[in-house]
Amino acid sequence: MSNISNTHESAGGNLTARALREGVFAGLVSLGLFVLFVGLETTQNIRNELVLNQRWGLLAIFVAVAAVGRFLMVAYIRPRLEARKASASAKPVTEEQEGFFRRNFSKIAIAFLLVYPFIAVAIFGVQGSLKWVDNFGIQILIYVMLAWGLNIVVGLAGLLDLGYVAFYAVGAYSYALLSQQFGLSFWALLPLAGILAAFWGIILGFPVLRLKGDYLAIVTLAFGEIIRLVLINWTDVTRGTFGVSGIPKASVFGIWSFDVGAPNYFAKAFGLPMSSAYYKIFLFYLILALALLTAYVTIRLRRMPIGRAWEALREDEIACRSLGINTVTTKLTAFATGAMFGGFAGSFFAVRQGFVSPESFVFLESAIILSIVVLGGMGSLVGIAIAAVVMVGGTELLREMTFLKAIFGPDFTPELYRMLIFGLAMVVVMVWKPRGFVGSREPTAFLKERKAVSSSFTTEGHG
Amino acid sequence: MEYFVQQLVNGLTLGSIYGLIAIGYTMVYGIIGMINFAHGDIFMLGGFAALITFLILTSVFVGLPVVLLLLVMIIAAMLTASLWNWTIEKMAYRPLRGSFRLAPLITAIGMSITLSNFIQVTQGPRNKPIPPMVSSVYNVFGIAISLKQIIIMVLTVVLLAIFWYVVNKTALGRAQRATEQDRKMAALLGIDVDRTISVTFIMGASLAAVAGTMYLMYYGVTVFTDGFIPGVKAFTAAVLGGIGSLPGAVLGGMLIGLIESLWSAYFTIDYKDVATFSILAIVLIFKPSGILGRPEVEKV
Repeated sequence: MSNISNTHESAGGNLTARALREGVFAGLVSLGLFVLFVGLETTQNIRNELVLNQRWGLLAIFVAVAAVGRFLMVAYIRPRLEARKASASAKPVTEEQEGFFRRNFSKIAIAFLLVYPFIAVAIFGVQGSLKWVDNFGIQILIYVMLAWGLNIVVGLAGLLDLGYVAFYAVGAYSYALLSQQFGLSFWALLPLAGILAAFWGIILGFPVLRLKGDYLAIVTLAFGEIIRLVLINWTDVTRGTFGVSGIPKASVFGIWSFDVGAPNYFAKAFGLPMSSAYYKIFLFYLILALALLTAYVTIRLRRMPIGRAWEALREDEIACRSLGINTVTTKLTAFATGAMFGGFAGSFFAVRQGFVSPESFVFLESAIILSIVVLGGMGSLVGIAIAAVVMVGGTELLREMTFLKAIFGPDFTPELYRMLIFGLAMVVVMVWKPRGFVGSREPTAFLKERKAVSSSFTTEGHG
Repeated sequence: MEYFVQQLVNGLTLGSIYGLIAIGYTMVYGIIGMINFAHGDIFMLGGFAALITFLILTSVFVGLPVVLLLLVMIIAAMLTASLWNWTIEKMAYRPLRGSFRLAPLITAIGMSITLSNFIQVTQGPRNKPIPPMVSSVYNVFGIAISLKQIIIMVLTVVLLAIFWYVVNKTALGRAQRATEQDRKMAALLGIDVDRTISVTFIMGASLAAVAGTMYLMYYGVTVFTDGFIPGVKAFTAAVLGGIGSLPGAVLGGMLIGLIESLWSAYFTIDYKDVATFSILAIVLIFKPSGILGRPEVEKV
């Protein structure tokens, strides 16, 4: 724990002694941390009273892992890392030519995504592919799209938004309620949901224009919570915590439907066996198209005056103002554009689930989306996509790890640990790579050639 | 009138709890300029430590006097929460000091998710009710004041007095105030800045743990998600009072407690959290420096 004294100790025995000392200390600290929470468990007995359940073996494992881990860290891993760092800095820096795979990464990724459902069907069969297309494909792509949408606000304009899920909720409820009340189709409501969410983005963005940094984050968090609380309590319209169910499915531009009873049912039109997998595959392409639209718009906007203004605003607001950029409209367009994509994603979410309730729009969702943006490297579309795959895909993968049951016993449920691991991963990645997975910025404007700017040279604005 | 005074008493009780949590936010923000998002979960962790200590004590020593029981619970909660906050600061926040602005906030959010899910995994997701510890209610001029409320308010006053003394009259407090004003200069003058920051986290966590214990005693139930809403409200209190200002945090806590109980008494209870969040937004928009805070000067 005490890494304050970082003096080099040359003698190996000295190092081992220190490692032992620190290992014991770490063990004692972890004993203090875990003795009440891991050593004892509060459970309800038959009379519904709380009783304690003792788990000293588990506590011993926790303490042993901490102590041994710390010992190994100090005695072996850290000296080795330092030696490697020393030898790496001794070598001259050579410019590495990027390989074919790296240069064409996004093209390869898009090509893979286009054939992904077919691969899943080919390997797992029509019914078996459901899980892979739905749980992994659609789930990850929703987060990719949301994170790309939020990236416009946070990554480009530098406005820290902790309430992004509010716009997701606006989009979802717009589709859910309008389609039920007025029977409008998905394709008519998708743009409408985007417009409504953008409108809310402006309404919520307007009062917070003067705020900066952390304060802005907290106010947006408050707005996100207010919208959720209104959704819970305004029961006449939203049906409160029960949520809106029976939301109609989307159709392929009104030509083919996915309702089994309809005359233009998709499977019937193509003479395929009945399966719910076609709808999921259709949804997969739908969210892929929406996500790519978000990416395309972001890339194009970055080259337009408004995009340049966003990035300038992120770097230095005062300089922006003194150069005559209207910071009010610049910030509002960022909020509105980001919110619009959140609204699109929201109406897609409603169509996919067929059910929306305030439960889906808690603060945790905002935190997840924001963490994906930051872990991805703020502003880097590829980095954000990688972060979404790692964080969302990784935790989804945990559901599949049934073999863990063989190790930890039959009542071990890996799903329980999903958010715990997510939180820990957020901390670990942040400490290990504070600039995110792709920590460099491609400049939009350049003199002779485009050179990636290492993120250690860039500072965030205080917008 | 009696109804109004009754709500006033309830509000001040709640406000004491918020005020104690808010001090942790305001101190950490003052000294390293970061919103310690996990502070609400430290409060929840303190509540759970108190709960488990309560269960140990009541099952081992039957018929222990309530005063002793509460005292041991508070001490256990303070120790556990302080150790947690100290470890978290060392492992998760210290490596990111001096990194870009968003990094500590994201780490703190990650830590908050980790802590609440750690408790969910180890202690289960259900509500944890305990039998009432103190149930006497006194009737003063037609207003019902329970012993619980008296304990909470008296304890808050005592803790604030100790805390005020430490910050204003001791060498440790001087070091803290110096670090808050100018970290580099303080280090040059021989103040161990790392240690001062660690102590700040420990102090904040101890007060939050006391608040957690009293929250458990007052409501008689706790659950792993209990960190979020009281945490955000305490943060609102810190902002309302002026973030970085210690008397401001207590004042803000009292105001938030009063607003919440009066709103529930005279308007709909459903929207009481909306009221708190709206106040947060309104204060930040119109007077970001809060009631007692110093206005921030923007340097170019």
